[in-house]
Amino acid sequence: MKTSFIMNASARYVLWACVLLSLFVLLRGHNEPGGGFIGGLIGALGFVFHALARGAGATRAVLRLQPLTWAGIGLLCGILAGLPAMLLFGEPFLTQQWLGTTPIGTTVLFDLGVYLVVLGFALAFVLPFMEA
Amino acid sequence: MNWILALIPCLALLAVPAVALGLRARPALAPALALLPATLFGLILLLPLGATFRVDWLSSFGIGFAFRLDGLSQLMALLITGIGTGIFLFSGSYMTSYPKQHRFMAVLTLFMAAMLGAVLADDLIVLFIFWELTSLASFMLIGFEAHKPAARRAAQQGLLVTVSGGLAMLAGILLLGTAAGTFTISEILANRAVLATHAFTPWIIVLVAMGCFAKSAQWPLHMWLPNAMAAPTPVSAYLHSATMVKLGVYLLARLNPAFQEWALWQGLLTGAGTLTMLTGAILALRERDLKRKLAWSTVVALGTLVTLIGLEEPLAATAAVVFLLVHALYKASLFLVAGILDKKAGTRDALMLRGLGRHMPLTAIAALLAALSMAGAPGFIGYMAKDLLFTVQLGVPGLLPVVALLVNAAMVVVAGVVAVRPFFGKPMEMEREAKDPGFTMLAAPLTLAILGLVFGLAPALISVNLVEPAAAAILGEPTGIALGDKQATEIVYYLSLVVLVLGVIAFLAWTRLQPRLAAQTWLDDYGPDAAYGSLLRSVSLISGAVTRRVQTGSLRFYIGATVVLMFGGTLVLLVAGGGLGLPSADPLPLPHQAVLVGLVIAGAVAACRLQMLFAQVMAAAVVGFGVGILFLTLGAADLAFTQFTVETIAIVLLVAILARLPFRELDARRREEHRRDGAIAIGAGVVGFLTLLAVLSVPFDTQMPDWMGAAAWPEAKGRNVVNVILVDFRALDTLGEIAVLLIAALAATVLLRRARGK
Repeated sequence: MKTSFIMNASARYVLWACVLLSLFVLLRGHNEPGGGFIGGLIGALGFVFHALARGAGATRAVLRLQPLTWAGIGLLCGILAGLPAMLLFGEPFLTQQWLGTTPIGTTVLFDLGVYLVVLGFALAFVLPFMEA
Repeated sequence: MNWILALIPCLALLAVPAVALGLRARPALAPALALLPATLFGLILLLPLGATFRVDWLSSFGIGFAFRLDGLSQLMALLITGIGTGIFLFSGSYMTSYPKQHRFMAVLTLFMAAMLGAVLADDLIVLFIFWELTSLASFMLIGFEAHKPAARRAAQQGLLVTVSGGLAMLAGILLLGTAAGTFTISEILANRAVLATHAFTPWIIVLVAMGCFAKSAQWPLHMWLPNAMAAPTPVSAYLHSATMVKLGVYLLARLNPAFQEWALWQGLLTGAGTLTMLTGAILALRERDLKRKLAWSTVVALGTLVTLIGLEEPLAATAAVVFLLVHALYKASLFLVAGILDKKAGTRDALMLRGLGRHMPLTAIAALLAALSMAGAPGFIGYMAKDLLFTVQLGVPGLLPVVALLVNAAMVVVAGVVAVRPFFGKPMEMEREAKDPGFTMLAAPLTLAILGLVFGLAPALISVNLVEPAAAAILGEPTGIALGDKQATEIVYYLSLVVLVLGVIAFLAWTRLQPRLAAQTWLDDYGPDAAYGSLLRSVSLISGAVTRRVQTGSLRFYIGATVVLMFGGTLVLLVAGGGLGLPSADPLPLPHQAVLVGLVIAGAVAACRLQMLFAQVMAAAVVGFGVGILFLTLGAADLAFTQFTVETIAIVLLVAILARLPFRELDARRREEHRRDGAIAIGAGVVGFLTLLAVLSVPFDTQMPDWMGAAAWPEAKGRNVVNVILVDFRALDTLGEIAVLLIAALAATVLLRRARGK
């Protein structure tokens, strides 16, 4: 597939801009519109753009791990976030815990898990199409 | 001390990955793995009877990781680990020539863990989980040599039969737990009076019996067991004679105190058991292959055990326990001998094997001792079992005594053919002289066979410590019977002599009897195995026909059918439920909203009218983004945000795909297809609209959103209620959803890889 020079040159910057934006959206999600689901989609968008410009092989190299592996790590994060309640505090699984009075708690890990699963899910679907 | 109880299955489970990795690196260590079951055996002996351990799991349902050691579970656990020690030692040498030995030993370890968990569990749900785990391990072991079609079929059959039975049992267990008000087995048995009058009890009996019958190969579900002989010999010796198939018997025995007074329970168990005994005996006589022959005699033994449990007599409980022990000892030993013969003499055909005794004296001794116990020769523990069996069975009115006599004579024949015939007579011709195997392979069959003699000579070794506690658990109260006391009357004594003589005569005539029995091909043609085959064939025929109908391969048809079904179904429900309604007048849209609505409509019309695919995608995008902006103007920021992102990804993906097609690809649908698709789309839109109107016409209950809005900050430290719901209030739902996403991605990856491979 022939790609334009502009796309090719901008792919890397668009990718990292998307990833940064997606992380921002992920973190602000607890108080403002955003969160892991949308964040993951925005991140995926960056990678899809990158794959359009440079080919799926190059994108896989940037990802380092398979999309499915990222998604698996995400699910693991989601499960791990639920464990402290059960193991340390004797509360039901997935009762979110907080660091003292700060708003930082296991929800961050949980939302990161959602983010990674959505990202991995989207890329696992899209990348094979772009390779075929 | 009691935590050791929970440690036993856990230790075995944790060992599984260690075994797989360790043996892959150092295959030579395999025989040393026998230390694991040996250690567990010692741990079980350390524990006092009545030890319990419990950790709450689903406390709202009263389900917990509860374990309990009583007489019955102690007997089973000792058999599992004791025979396991021998089998692990044996497999370490036997399996060295197999390429995936480490995997084999790991699954064998997993199986042992599952068995220990199942017999030690004091909670029905925990028991069920371990129960199913044994079926899975059995599946992997039967199909271990997956390149052989027979092994694959046998593995599938074993799994389908035992897991279907497991499904029935799950239903039975849930009913039982509901009826008794607890899932803890010891509490159920303690409060069994509740079950005596409960309306569920007949259902529980039938369902639980079905599960146990499938697992313990009772007629007509017995066919999977002989086919499971496709597994390597140590598996046959361990799973399919001494342990897993006894699990069904174990559960029947475990629950017997609760149901023993029900005629349904007695009838089911004695009926199925007697039929199983008879079928197994006939087919055992007919078989030439040593392993399959032993498998049929296992079917007989399982039938005998089930019958004994169904009989409401203290002596029957003792008889069942003694026979369980006897059978496990001699059957494991004989299977291992069959494995040695297979390996050293190169065949398992009973008609071919002759005169091996002088070459393999130690193997011959193990075989003979085991066979004598099986035939019930005086001095062996098998004699005591037979004594008890006859005393119980002959006291029952009806056909059972006759069947019992014939079946026991048949067992004498099997013992002779398997363990006597191969070692005597004119030596068979072999390429290479057979020799006794080394210590690791001989230890188990010899020890188990000798134990049969030791226990027979000194029954006091096991009477009080092992047999009586187990029999009392089956009966629900002490039996008051001491092993070794003479139970039999004179008639029984003479009858057992008759059986022995009859058996010996039939054994001598077996070479002439066998071809005649083998000629009766109707036994195969109309047996349950044939029925299983045709059932499976018709399932694939029907599903093939349905698939060809439904999966035409046309994406357009799939989408059309999905949309029609979804919205057609909604419409039917809406009309039938009287849900059609109009909301009270809403304020009219603001001017800028009206403009957006116009934009969306224009996009929709354009998507239908345009001819170029690329332009259609863009027009559809106008609709998507228009709706997104509309959400924004209505205050649904999160929704709009998601809508934008999904829309963008969809467009990028569609463009990526379209880019592979000729760029100016035109819509190839015919005119009538256009009309049909348009009608479907408009219909779906109208139904969606009606649904929304109906929803809005019902007064909105604000209780839940109000609570969530108020609780989001103080309880979850978040101001974005939508996100707080996702990651906190309903986090378990979200976890389920992302798990589904992951599974979908997994499936897609496999399918896309397959498609690309072609």
